[in-house]
Amino acid sequence: MEQIPILKLGKFLLVTIQVDMHDQLALRLQDELTNRIVKENAKGVLIDISALEIVDSFIGRTLANIAAMARILDAETVVVGMQPAVAITMVELGLSLPGVRTALNVERGMEILSSLVQVDSDAPPPA
Amino acid sequence: MLLLRRDSFPLQSSDDIVKARQIVRTWAAELGFKLVDQTKIVTASSELARNAYDHGKGGIMIIEAIEDGDRKGLRLTFQDQGPGIPDIEQALKDGYSTSGGLGLGLGGAKRLVNEFHIESTVGKGTTVRIVKWV
Repeated sequence: MEQIPILKLGKFLLVTIQVDMHDQLALRLQDELTNRIVKENAKGVLIDISALEIVDSFIGRTLANIAAMARILDAETVVVGMQPAVAITMVELGLSLPGVRTALNVERGMEILSSLVQVDSDAPPPA
Repeated sequence: MLLLRRDSFPLQSSDDIVKARQIVRTWAAELGFKLVDQTKIVTASSELARNAYDHGKGGIMIIEAIEDGDRKGLRLTFQDQGPGIPDIEQALKDGYSTSGGLGLGLGGAKRLVNEFHIESTVGKGTTVRIVKWV
């Protein structure tokens, strides 16, 4: 079965979307990522969409769902690498990816994830 | 209006939606659309192809390269024989969805193109025609 590979990188999961995803593949990624967050005890998810030529309402919703599910499972999500033409089109379409953190590239995305997780682990334990 | 080229493709699976996007991308690039406009028409076609497949229980996409005076454009027609849309005005509003989606498909697609025309008969199906000029 066709699948998008999910790599483990320390406390984080890294996904690079390199194919033009059909809807079932996007849903499969959503399920698989959610399972892996729990299985690997991941604290963050980085999704690289630099190879994606469009983000339509379905893919946008999938990205927002992944971020929401990850948050409930105590993991942060950063979407990186969006092409300018994709960003322009998304805004006109009416998609703003609420609740999804973004960064320009993988490096910046990893910095954001590291700082978020750092802050978390510095916080005092709940009373 | 001059018809330069015409073809049609089935929309019977979610793979067909991906194929429709790729065909629209190729034709748009060949007609000389800039990258942002290619992205807009491909995104609009993805929304409308999904509508025809999800709500219309499958359909077809007709793709046409057209010329009007000194401008060229791409005309896409999405036809399905699904249940039809009882209230088109409502269906065009952002956030209106019968499928649990975001409800951006129709209204969003309309904003991404130059011309948008929709006809729907309850019980017969829906036809959406869009044009984007280079």
